Amino acid sequence: MSTVSGKAWRFGDEINSDLLAPGLYMKSSNEIMATHCLESVDPAFAKTVQADDIIVGGHNFGIGSAREQAALSLRILKVGAVLAESFARIFYRNALNFGVPCLFFPQYKEINAGDNLSVDAVAGKIQNLTSGKNYIVDPIPAHLMEMIVDGGLMPHLKKKLVKGKAA
Amino acid sequence: MGKTLVEKIIARASGQASVRPGEIVTCKVDLAMIVDSGGPRKIWPRLTELGVGLWDPNKIVVVSDHFVPAVDAETAAILKLARDFVREFKIPHFYDMKGICHIVLPEHGHLQPGMFVCGGDSHSTMGGAYGCYMAGFGGIEMTGVCITGEIWTRVPETIRVDWSGKFNQAVVAKDVMLFLCRQLGMDNAFKAMEYGGDTVSSMSMSERGVLCNMAAELGCETGVIAPDQTTLAAIRAAGKEPAADALKWCSDDDANYVARHKFSASDLQPQVAAPHAPSNSGPVTDYKNVKIDQAYIGACVGAKLSDLRMAAEVLKGRKVASHVRLLVAPATQKVYADAAADGTLNILTDAGAIMLASGCGACAALGAGVLGDDEVCISSTNRNFKGRMGSNQASVYLGSPYTVAAAATAGHIADPREFLS
Repeated sequence: MSTVSGKAWRFGDEINSDLLAPGLYMKSSNEIMATHCLESVDPAFAKTVQADDIIVGGHNFGIGSAREQAALSLRILKVGAVLAESFARIFYRNALNFGVPCLFFPQYKEINAGDNLSVDAVAGKIQNLTSGKNYIVDPIPAHLMEMIVDGGLMPHLKKKLVKGKAA
Repeated sequence: MGKTLVEKIIARASGQASVRPGEIVTCKVDLAMIVDSGGPRKIWPRLTELGVGLWDPNKIVVVSDHFVPAVDAETAAILKLARDFVREFKIPHFYDMKGICHIVLPEHGHLQPGMFVCGGDSHSTMGGAYGCYMAGFGGIEMTGVCITGEIWTRVPETIRVDWSGKFNQAVVAKDVMLFLCRQLGMDNAFKAMEYGGDTVSSMSMSERGVLCNMAAELGCETGVIAPDQTTLAAIRAAGKEPAADALKWCSDDDANYVARHKFSASDLQPQVAAPHAPSNSGPVTDYKNVKIDQAYIGACVGAKLSDLRMAAEVLKGRKVASHVRLLVAPATQKVYADAAADGTLNILTDAGAIMLASGCGACAALGAGVLGDDEVCISSTNRNFKGRMGSNQASVYLGSPYTVAAAATAGHIADPREFLS
């Protein structure tokens, strides 16, 4: 995992956990839940999002519940990265643990829905291929880099456990 | 430079002499709390996939509260899985349908000042009322905690909020939090909230819990209040003896806060948060006459014994308006029993309240009392995001139990001060 390229989906401020993972479907499977992701703000999103598409949001993305489905749904929908002005803590942690890169992106307003973006979360590089603008942002924090490169907590733990057994 | 309470706890848990905000540290977890929704059903398959067991079953508390009681085969399966998990891994502390985790935990004496606690629910911040670090994590991270007994954190900056003076009639901790959500916003991620001042010192543990619970709505990592005699008395009432040095867990006088705010309790009026965010709040008088279909007294934050008593104070000798349903889900079975014993329950049911089981229920659209399209609810819960309590076409207003009860009897949002003698 290094660079992902996809279409931008623009969302507003405080996209909360109830919008990402509505309570009514909390008892359902992760796959069913993912089909309802963000339906209250954009009913087309879960139906038409493509692998490696990029979510671009405003401030406090993911505020609310600890429900991991808020981040896991994005993983299941194969979202390539989330770029936002700021993130809510638990969402941010969950997303990185599922291997969904989240980057703080102050210039998020310069991205329009449908722009073609290229994101390198490890290097902290964002390219807007539509407008031709390039951005340098803070990469994934160093202590989490290995986990992100491994694809999330589960592949990371697996690798560590295998190493532990071999040692 | 002195240290804040949260910095001291994180230093202790990470085995360092001291830590400073911004540092990334790995902490040893004293206690992990997991619940039916994001706990065993998420963690067990991952343990199986990795071929590993639990780090320490004695340090893991399991609570079934989100989907209780089961309403269909799916929720029954989730609860059965939690029970099987507890049996399989021989976990001694399991509270099955005893009430909502954040209240059950201190009811059974699991929280002590200075502890570092991870909870699999965002409102785990509530534990900070006992002077511990307690923060919420998703099921994926609780999986890691349950395997390794460790978690990383970025040492949060601490915000200090002091309240002084006395509240006016019908103003309580819930009003403080709806006010603070508006004042400080909900975007305080990777920061901790510390409450103090004489107003907070004179609060009950139940009311302090509200402040720490809704630190989650401020976006904070945790909310803490330094322990005092009120804290120690609550620990003893739960059948545990606090450590002899429990009161050492407090911030230094010269601690470094990222921001300090001071407010006067007597300036505060009852607050209401309008759809669709707790920060979208204002004095109750701004929302008078909003007609309601449902009034809900429930959740960790809003259905403790003190909350039920507030509602009863308003509803004594009154009736719920004919077009309104008032649903009351006591936070725990103990709250239910205590409210029955002291007559609170009678007052509520005489007024026409419908009693529901103890659990998260309608607060998160998981159990009885969810809302349909175009319905309007006023609720003593902590969140009113779109779709939070059911239909995404419903409207949820938040208020204190006083304010919810006043609306229930008036049939529309009303000033609770007009219903108290």
